Amino acid sequence: METLETTVTSHNQKELDLSAVDEIVARYREERGALIPVLQEVQGHYGYIPPEAVSRVAEGLKIYPSKIYGVMTFYKQFYLKAKGKNRVMVCCGTACHVKGSDRVTRRVLDEIKLPDGQDTTEDGLFTIEQVACIGACSIAPVVVVNEKVHGKMTQDKTMRELRKITEAADE
Amino acid sequence: MEAGRVFKITINGQAVEARADDTILKAAQREGIHIPTLCYHRQLSPYGGCRVCVVSVEGIPRLVASCTMPVTDGMQVRTDSEQIRKIRSTVVELILSNHPKDCMVCEQSGRCELQDLAYEFGLSHIRFKGEVSVHEIENQNPVLERDYNKCILCGRCVRMCDEIQGVGAVDFSKRGFRAKIATAYDGVLDCEFCGNCIGACPVGALTGKPSRFKGRPWEVRKVKTVCNYCGCGCSIMVNVKGGEVVRVTPVEDGGINEGMLCVKGKFGFEYINHEDRLKTPLVKKNGAFVEASWDEALDVVAANLGRIKKKYGSDSIGGLCSAKCSSEDNYLFQKFMRTAIGTNSVDHCARY
Amino acid sequence: MNSRPKSISISVCMGTGGIAAGGAEVMEAFEEALAHLGLAAELREKCTAHKVGCRGFCARDVLVDVVLDGQRTTYECVQADMVPRLVEEHIVGGVPVEQWLAGPDYEAFHAGQTKVVLSDCGSIDPEEIDAYLAVDGYTAIQKVLGEMLPEEVITKIKDSGLRGRGGAGFPTGLKWSFAAMAKGNEKYIICNADEGDPGAFMDRSIVEGNPHALIEGMSIAGYAIGANLGYVYIRAEYPLAVQRLAHAIEQARAREFLGKNIRNAGFDFDIQIKQGAGAFVCGEETALIASIEGGRGMPRPKPPFPAHRGLWGKPTIINNVETLANLPYIIRKGSEWFASLGSEKSKGTKVFALTGKVCNTGLIEVPMGIALKEIIYGIGGGIEGGRQFKAVQTGGPSGGCIPAELLDTPVDYESLAQVGAIMGSGGMVVMDEDNCMVEMARYFLHFTQEESCGKCVPCRVGTKRMLEILERIVAGQGEAGDLELLLDLGEDIKAASLCGLGQTAPNPVISTIRYFRDEYDAHIVHKRCPAGVCKALFEYQVVEPLCKLCGLCVRKCPVGAIEGGKKKLAKIKDRKCVKCGICIEVCPFDAITQIDIHETAEV
Repeated sequence: METLETTVTSHNQKELDLSAVDEIVARYREERGALIPVLQEVQGHYGYIPPEAVSRVAEGLKIYPSKIYGVMTFYKQFYLKAKGKNRVMVCCGTACHVKGSDRVTRRVLDEIKLPDGQDTTEDGLFTIEQVACIGACSIAPVVVVNEKVHGKMTQDKTMRELRKITEAADE
Repeated sequence: MEAGRVFKITINGQAVEARADDTILKAAQREGIHIPTLCYHRQLSPYGGCRVCVVSVEGIPRLVASCTMPVTDGMQVRTDSEQIRKIRSTVVELILSNHPKDCMVCEQSGRCELQDLAYEFGLSHIRFKGEVSVHEIENQNPVLERDYNKCILCGRCVRMCDEIQGVGAVDFSKRGFRAKIATAYDGVLDCEFCGNCIGACPVGALTGKPSRFKGRPWEVRKVKTVCNYCGCGCSIMVNVKGGEVVRVTPVEDGGINEGMLCVKGKFGFEYINHEDRLKTPLVKKNGAFVEASWDEALDVVAANLGRIKKKYGSDSIGGLCSAKCSSEDNYLFQKFMRTAIGTNSVDHCARY
Repeated sequence: MNSRPKSISISVCMGTGGIAAGGAEVMEAFEEALAHLGLAAELREKCTAHKVGCRGFCARDVLVDVVLDGQRTTYECVQADMVPRLVEEHIVGGVPVEQWLAGPDYEAFHAGQTKVVLSDCGSIDPEEIDAYLAVDGYTAIQKVLGEMLPEEVITKIKDSGLRGRGGAGFPTGLKWSFAAMAKGNEKYIICNADEGDPGAFMDRSIVEGNPHALIEGMSIAGYAIGANLGYVYIRAEYPLAVQRLAHAIEQARAREFLGKNIRNAGFDFDIQIKQGAGAFVCGEETALIASIEGGRGMPRPKPPFPAHRGLWGKPTIINNVETLANLPYIIRKGSEWFASLGSEKSKGTKVFALTGKVCNTGLIEVPMGIALKEIIYGIGGGIEGGRQFKAVQTGGPSGGCIPAELLDTPVDYESLAQVGAIMGSGGMVVMDEDNCMVEMARYFLHFTQEESCGKCVPCRVGTKRMLEILERIVAGQGEAGDLELLLDLGEDIKAASLCGLGQTAPNPVISTIRYFRDEYDAHIVHKRCPAGVCKALFEYQVVEPLCKLCGLCVRKCPVGAIEGGKKKLAKIKDRKCVKCGICIEVCPFDAITQIDIHETAEV
């Protein structure tokens, strides 16, 4: 497991407490098809899936690490890196798109600068995601800020929500 | 199911007998009917991903992948039609639209299945322009180079590594156009380096470093022999160009190894022409080895072995040979020890 | 105060839509007010405020029913701060608040509908099994277990004419019979609740609004095929639905509608929830199975079909939420009754998520065979703002766009397929003159390309190449021959792809080229976007005589692309402009307009 360990050391200086991973794996060890629920619970605990956890899950469930990586990168739900403190999801479903969600998206991305190819700001304040339909199409366009669904959003209304967060962080 | 049962099917109007557990492709191959393939590999589970082997079946509205479609009694199959040829051609064209055009320096040229298909369909012009995948070449190991710019995602290496080698070093990662074969966290390869994935790869994405630029497939003479690195006795093909071994490939259909090799058998041939290798006998004179002629050296050995045998008996002599000698050398050596010296004390790093 | 009601029942719409509109706050406000007035203590169980699932008319959320002594009054667009007045004037004073009553739209929205699956959704409390039992819930499974053999159940469903509501429309009874005939004791029933079509929320609303109907339906299906375990594969993006379903399963177990030896009838059945992890392709049966088995959701070729070899290699039936939720009603009311609804080949009703540019957006249930026109102009109330209808999209990314001249098309599986769309799972997105059809085609293809699993070449590379051509066209770089190439490649992708995703991915492109070719030509030949959507093809310009030099646009521009200010004529710097449209929105004098690029070039 040389590759994985190298990634681990460079990724995280502090030693991560992996007892939660062991506990989760122990609960699922006998279950068929356990990998995805295990990864979901690991992410539920840590907020993302730490590389250290992957080698533990691999040992515990007797699944190749390459397969776990394949599953993690296949599904959109799984995060390989820690997310920002505030999570903003701009819905890009059809109903939202028809009602101009792309303008909202572009405005958000103009306001909050993300590093290339990343979805989380450098200061870790925001994670911005464009998601495909959260199923609240009747109140399109929709923006979800920290799990609260905001409907019939305009660029201005969205900016107001984001500024509440930035202002609170500045104080 | 009744695996022994025989189904009567027709392929392109020709009556064919198929086994109940056959796929259309297997039944066709047995009859020598050509169906192009890419992700299919006879030793691996069928995948159905490349869509090059599509055929039409009477009564089924859609084209089906012949590599995965089981035969049924009375099935009527067509392996060729204008639509089938067009679909196959488009599929190969799409692959080529995301594939480097550097066949002139590619190791796989001449045995590349994609190259063969591009030729079969006469694809001199690609209609599609657009993004081309860019990946860094990974070769941080002595034997194996992974160039995923050439990968066509047929998954043969993944299945080879998992189903046959049981190592699972690589799997598919990401998805869609970004999909890539990768190790965990897309790091460097960390496996047994058996190189069987190279044999499974239909294109030049996986190649053996020791053979790079040493010889084209049509330039080499293949000599069948047995690998003597260990007692398994794998059948191998030594690929020789100009008197030099440039590559070792497994014997595809035969041998106890069924086409598989290990890191030593596959890549361990560079010692043959290594500069450090002794090419002249050395005889110790006054405490130091000095070059000698074969006659002189053999005289020394014969005289000494004869003297020892006479004085202490045959069993006072033992012989050790080496995996880095040919099988023929090894055979002769044990024969010499047993008949000329008269001892069974003969061994070899890989056992006799 | 003597006219105080003897019973009070408040129902607050608390689907995801209702909660997003403030349903939880409204509910709390009612509870507080009723407690404060002492009504809750006085009437005890006769005074309730409870949540109900989606009532359909999401555009007017939060919808609230106030039922006083059996007299029902519906309010729309209720917010928490309106509650004190509602309580004071209506509940205490006995006079409904006229101005907040649900209007004629509410009537019109419901008048054209026929509710089967949704009949109890929106009226019963989804978190109370007793509420479902009170509307004859779980009588169907008892009837099935007590009086019917599995093959009789299958025959009954075959007779009803029910077809799969997930999109393809395969006859449900026939599908079951394959698994019922398959050998072996270990079989599975899977409910596909991985509703991935963007613009669709039917399944979510059913699970949120009436989870017990789904549980009962799965038990019936399980009994019919001989499965003792069912899985609900549901999107993790639907937390409320997951929570309500888990709660309902617990309740069903406690009342012995799930578990060992259900109701002493000798049938074991239980249900497990499996949460999806965000992959549209997992709506495909074999990909869904791969996902439940813990792997990447990559489809495999069929045959073998899941009914013969599915989950863990065992016979498996996969039905969609709406299909399963129909079952209790069919068993209770009979197959003749169900078959009397709908059209000749498509029986029953279909639930749609009606969204986009119609006045009345929401969740609707209509008899099969109804004309699209009736849905859009009757139930939907026509196009917002009196604008011109352009197209209606059904079937999501696998579907097609249907133009105005085909609005008489009846909604059934065959008719929709004939016009190049599909029934799909029930997304129905209406587009008006402000939507660019080329851009819509690009949007859908972008979606499928993102969601392609990458296994087969036509979908992985083919949809990518189609998307790139469309991206060039909307950027004004289309070339002669592009449309022919799109159509040619599109047909090959449909014919050659491994699974339904790739086989249908070109549909939105092919259907828009078929019906809106002039819009494509405008983009390719004239470099013009008739709807004014494609940013590369227009610019903003200040109409100098109209500009009153107020400087509002200069201040509001998020990227500082407008020069000028107080007493200085505004000027837009094209290089910096991101075409967000805010300046047009804020200008009080309509002094900023959008003009086609080619016009500026000609000037």
